[in-house]
Amino acid sequence: MKIPFLRDGPERPARMINASILRSTFERRSVVIGAVQGGIGVLLALRLGYLAIAENEKYRLESESNRVNLTLIPPRRGWILDRNGAPLASNRADFRVDLIPERLVNAEATIDQLGALLALEPARIADIKAKVETARGFQPVEVASGLRYEQFAALSVRLPDLPGVVPQRGFSRFYPTASSVGHLIGYVGPASAEEYEKDPNPILITPGYKIGKDGLEKQFEKDLRGVPGARRVEVTAGGRIVRDLETREDVQGAPVRLTIDGPLQDYAARRIGLESGSVVVMDCRSGDLLCMASMPSFDPNSFSDGIGGVEYAMLREDERVPLRNKVLQGLYPPGSTVKPMVSMALMQAGVDPAETVFCGGGLRVGNRVFGCWNRRGHGSVDMAKGIYQSCDVYFYAMAQRVGMDPIAAMARRCGMGQEFPLPVTSQFYGTVPDAAWKMKKWGREWQAFDTVNATIGQGYMLSSPLQLAVMASRLATGRHVMPRLTLDTKPEGFDKIDFPSDQVEYVRQAMSDVVNGPGTAGRARLPVDGTLMAGKTGTAQVVSLSISNGKSGPWKYRDHGLFIFFAPYDNPRYAGAVVIEHGGGSGAAYPIARDVMTFMFDPAKGMEALTALEAGWGGTAQQRLERRYAAYAAERGATVSRPPQRDEEIFDRVEAEARVAAARTEAIADDVIAPRPEANPSGTPPGAAAPPPAAPAEASPAANAAPASPPVEASE
Amino acid sequence: MNTLAARGIVPEPIARQPWEMLIPLVLLTAFGGMVLYSAGGGAMQPFALSHFIRFGVFAIMTAIIAAMPREAVRVLTYPAYLVILLMLLGVEIVGQVGGGSQRWLEAGPIRIQPSEIMKPAVVLAMARFYETLPSGMIGSWRSVVPSGMLIVLPISLVLLQPDLGTSVAIAFGGVVVMFLAGLPLWWFLLAGGAGIAAMPLIYFFALRPYQQARVTTFLDPESDPLGAGYHIAQSKIAIGSGGLFGKGFNNGTQSHLNYLPEPHTDFVFATMAEEWGLAGGLFVLLMYTLILRWGWKVASESQDRFCALLAAGATATIFFYIAINLLMVMGMAPAKGIPLPWMSHGGSSMMTNMICIGLLMMVNRWNREAPRRGLTI
Repeated sequence: MKIPFLRDGPERPARMINASILRSTFERRSVVIGAVQGGIGVLLALRLGYLAIAENEKYRLESESNRVNLTLIPPRRGWILDRNGAPLASNRADFRVDLIPERLVNAEATIDQLGALLALEPARIADIKAKVETARGFQPVEVASGLRYEQFAALSVRLPDLPGVVPQRGFSRFYPTASSVGHLIGYVGPASAEEYEKDPNPILITPGYKIGKDGLEKQFEKDLRGVPGARRVEVTAGGRIVRDLETREDVQGAPVRLTIDGPLQDYAARRIGLESGSVVVMDCRSGDLLCMASMPSFDPNSFSDGIGGVEYAMLREDERVPLRNKVLQGLYPPGSTVKPMVSMALMQAGVDPAETVFCGGGLRVGNRVFGCWNRRGHGSVDMAKGIYQSCDVYFYAMAQRVGMDPIAAMARRCGMGQEFPLPVTSQFYGTVPDAAWKMKKWGREWQAFDTVNATIGQGYMLSSPLQLAVMASRLATGRHVMPRLTLDTKPEGFDKIDFPSDQVEYVRQAMSDVVNGPGTAGRARLPVDGTLMAGKTGTAQVVSLSISNGKSGPWKYRDHGLFIFFAPYDNPRYAGAVVIEHGGGSGAAYPIARDVMTFMFDPAKGMEALTALEAGWGGTAQQRLERRYAAYAAERGATVSRPPQRDEEIFDRVEAEARVAAARTEAIADDVIAPRPEANPSGTPPGAAAPPPAAPAEASPAANAAPASPPVEASE
Repeated sequence: MNTLAARGIVPEPIARQPWEMLIPLVLLTAFGGMVLYSAGGGAMQPFALSHFIRFGVFAIMTAIIAAMPREAVRVLTYPAYLVILLMLLGVEIVGQVGGGSQRWLEAGPIRIQPSEIMKPAVVLAMARFYETLPSGMIGSWRSVVPSGMLIVLPISLVLLQPDLGTSVAIAFGGVVVMFLAGLPLWWFLLAGGAGIAAMPLIYFFALRPYQQARVTTFLDPESDPLGAGYHIAQSKIAIGSGGLFGKGFNNGTQSHLNYLPEPHTDFVFATMAEEWGLAGGLFVLLMYTLILRWGWKVASESQDRFCALLAAGATATIFFYIAINLLMVMGMAPAKGIPLPWMSHGGSSMMTNMICIGLLMMVNRWNREAPRRGLTI
């Protein structure tokens, strides 16, 4: 080429350019351009071949993943059934709406618009906003479920303007008996971020998918979950579904069959009424737990879309702790309900049941006098009378003779201080105190008054209602009955005989006399012909006498009322325990046991009693809960603080508080307990002065083994 | 072709047409129509039918251009260039008055985009200029300044619209004519070097943010998979997933499910390659090769400077469209609004390319009517 810089100098004259030179330049240069064009053409062809052949596999996959959208179909959760196959937890087809926080463009405005469209309460809208703020992006947040079709349709047409909103048809969990099974069954909710990290299964973050959060729902999560279905659809770039390619149906989770008797559970929960307490009923022949009612409770239906701020505040402020499962997490001094068990210990230690002790209203041990609940004394008392009249002096005297160790061993054999192999999330096992335990826990020697306190179920002794029910069934059958909660577990303990039959029969008779004879719970007699219930009352003091008399005054200072029972007394079929927190004495507990057992043998009669009571209380437990919520929301709705973000925090808090509550009686355990009036014979309302014993003491005073002491007032 | 005429089977006026270009052109347009049929969701409306109608209309226009006598073209070249330049100015004025930028003038139902017609017009004017320029002046300032003005004036007006792609296309046609006109090679090397040196300056000061985004995305497509890079990524998926023989007519998922942006205009080649595969792609490339080869043949057979430069410039203009579009859809050039001739749906580019074909056919006719003078190499 003719590049002037490379020439020798500018003085060289420019070559004459003529048409033919230009023509040849044109020819040469057009060949160059043509070659460049041809080169680009070859380059394009090579590139085309590279894309279409070498990278075909890769791009084919990418094209498929563009085109095909895989949606998981949340599996229908397995049902939870009662022993007769009736559902305690089932699924309901419904329309629902969820939010995916990471897809929201303007969260605030979208939620407000949803609130207006679906007519949500302001409290609910505030809850959703709080949740969207704190949720990780991928976690779906439930807006509402159980929508009417019109609402669902109204929302669906506005979807293009509402990115991040996912309406769908699905199934939601339904608990037909609502709050009656709240503590037992638990509830379901969307998986938390921690749960997803632990198990990074994409089904967990599928909108509408819920996992068990508490109770049996959590325990049987694996069985109930089922296998998700999948739907492959062809979608456009804008997300519109063009057609279904393939659908694999979900496989519903396996049902869990409980030993619970659904109607009984509901009845017992409702019968607790305005009180705070629990009812446990077992089948003596199999160990089946027929009823584990704990009230007041929460409505698991309303928990499944997340625990609302107003709802949580209401439940938390309630001193009757509706969030605590009192069957498993309530620990109470068992009071006089331990006396049949102590009797067994005495008989095993060689005490003749016919031997009598003279009760003059108190017993001097060393330089202290321990009072009987009946300050006037019971006169001559043998073991049976000690049980049915709940004579404290008899047990003080006998326990001094045999010592604490056989009693503690018997308490453990009857189930106190034990944990049972049950599928529950949390089970408190209480305390059976003895010398070694006290030294270890408190660093102090075991004292005579510790034995005295323990024989009447006070002091350090603590047990749960479930343990009391197990104790009742072991006493009633004489066998080492183990409770079970699901029908697929084997009944256990029936081959192991705890007590000889003559001792069992003796205690059965004495406990029958508590109800049907001259005992402390005459009003507990069943209104069913030919069926006699046996039982034992208990009244547990929670604060010292200087604070409260246990019958009146602030609710939280009142005595616990307890009752253990079995029926029919001579051939026990059912056994159980009723514990009413701060009920003011055993008079609060045994009428509930009576009605529950009546319902067991004659449902119509039982319902009649309940209907009459509920008319006075203002509706069923569920109706009262809903009304209370409405009133609370109206009054306090705007001012509540937010609930903890994680359900686990709620559980931890509830459990910690339950432990604190259980430890409360320790404050008075280090002193002598003055037993509370136990007697409540036929027709006497609770709280009234105890009349003299209905039946005269049969044993002769001469047989008194314990040092006779004159009636004295309880020392304090 | 001439053999057919010789045998007398085909009448001479038909036989003498440049069938070696017309057959590929018609095949290509028909194939483009089929692709548009598919892009329209398996229907003639809205794309395929209007594509065919436009081709028919512009074919008549092409025939008229092809029949123009040499003298008339020589006389009309500069006035036509001036009229189109005024129309470009008119676009600016209308845009200023109407508020907001626009690229076309409206006259009743017809919407004219002057910047498109400017591409062949620049080529024409340049060819005319170098025809009249005495041979001895090549290499002096007079060989470059007036012709440079012919290019710079329309480009600056088009850049104001702003339309970078079309300005580059106009410049490309003009520079190719200058190159072929025999200007000293070192001028081009110097200009190219200066252009490369100026690139960073242009990038940072002259380009608008969306244009900058196109460039950065081209250099690093993964930097923005859902934004500007999305188009090219989806285009490559469409082409790559087609394989050897494609997914079948009307079975393209990338185009039918809207993953491919602009499946009927800029990315029509991707739409085609997805359904027809490598075979379809090579067919299209072959058709373009035949057309362009004919264009060069016309240029080389030209008897005079005007015809040669005009034919070469028109061919280069067509080539520019094809090359930039195909490089873009295969991920080798930044995304530009440049359609693929005779396949993309759209009137403006069809008109430009048909004008170029018309000019080539016109030169071809002149060549045939007057045997070549001058020297052969």
